[in-house]
Amino acid sequence: MTAKISITVSVNGENHAAEVEPRLLLADFLRENLDLTGTHVGCEHGICGACTVLMNGDSVRSCLTFAVQADGTKIETVESLGDIDALGPLQEAFREKHALQCGFCTPGMLMTATDMLRKYRLETDDDIRDGLSGNICRCTGYQNIVAAVRSAADKRDAK
Amino acid sequence: MKPAPFDYVRASTVDEAVAALAASNGEAKVLAGGQSLVPMLNFRIVDTPIFVDINGIQGLDRIEETTDGGLRIGALARHFALETSDLVKDRFPVLHEAMKHVAHLAIRNRGTIGGSLSHADPAAELPTMAVLLDAKIITARASGGREIAAADFFVAPLTTTLEPDEIIVAVELPGLAPGTGWGFEEFAQRRGDFAVAGVSAIVSMDGQSVTESRIALMGLHDTPVRAHAAEAALLDDGIDAAAAAARLDAEPMNDLHGSADYRRHLAEVLTRRVLTAAMERAAR
Repeated sequence: MTAKISITVSVNGENHAAEVEPRLLLADFLRENLDLTGTHVGCEHGICGACTVLMNGDSVRSCLTFAVQADGTKIETVESLGDIDALGPLQEAFREKHALQCGFCTPGMLMTATDMLRKYRLETDDDIRDGLSGNICRCTGYQNIVAAVRSAADKRDAK
Repeated sequence: MKPAPFDYVRASTVDEAVAALAASNGEAKVLAGGQSLVPMLNFRIVDTPIFVDINGIQGLDRIEETTDGGLRIGALARHFALETSDLVKDRFPVLHEAMKHVAHLAIRNRGTIGGSLSHADPAAELPTMAVLLDAKIITARASGGREIAAADFFVAPLTTTLEPDEIIVAVELPGLAPGTGWGFEEFAQRRGDFAVAGVSAIVSMDGQSVTESRIALMGLHDTPVRAHAAEAALLDDGIDAAAAAARLDAEPMNDLHGSADYRRHLAEVLTRRVLTAAMERAAR
């Protein structure tokens, strides 16, 4: 048994202190320790993108990051974007464009798109497709997800 | 929890990191961006009892100009930093182009140049860029660091000349002559996937004649390699001869992404494309 390590992580604006095994993945820490089950766990090896969260503002795979590495950082999960009564603008765009069916990939799509919208101009839909290429959806065929991110990007640029 | 248990050491300096590696008698490994390592841990392909996390080492991610017109890139520079660096775009546009093909944003936010070179995937962009651009790989070790030429660094898939207690601290890219033309092409099944095959080149010209070229092959050998026969053929007989030679230079494998024959075909086609682009871009 390896020694546990004390960490303090800000998650969605709230500080959490915990003692964790080094091998605990950030995805499992969020889901199991903090009960934030909005972050989904799909492939658990960095391919599907469902577990994407923001760490200090950058999108990361929470299945490829250890909770100990999140010590002292600011994590944002899908729960930070809004809730059922008050959807955030990107969530609203997904609802409006019908950009989800089963919803499994949606938290990762939303967090990836949040980072893309901050970092890239996304002039063309090809740029959006490139940006979403690390997130797998098995229902929608991606068309409506691209449309939702396009809508969010246009609203961003109109401001 | 998918990975097997391990002990975790957080290094805040290079000295601390190499001391921890030396103290482990070859048992410890370095954890940098983790984008290739952690999947292997989750699958339990790798079972390492101690990890030395170098993410907290301040200043190891700098991208700095060198006096010869090149760059010194700290081992912890993230792929996203290379992708968006004006220095990289200005001095090594071929590297700027290659970075657009590296995985996905969330991976690029974490993955590091030191990690990519240490991991040494023969189909990855950064090891190929190191070979194309004659990188010097600067390492540290408790017993003293060294410089390793990229041409001597890669031994086999996922295998380098790094010793178990040695880490990369920086990568130096010597400056290119003004007016050097460049080309980069890769074929992958999906954007961001590892390349089935890729070719990159830099070319210097005088009038209509090529005076110097380097051509590097990606995913076409068990390491990234220079296509020396193709370079010679380009000088003597032009693009078509070079492309045909690159096909013969390639020794690709068969796998579910493509047959060896298909990869050889790609070597020829992509070599023709990158040389055409590089010669068009070169100042005469």
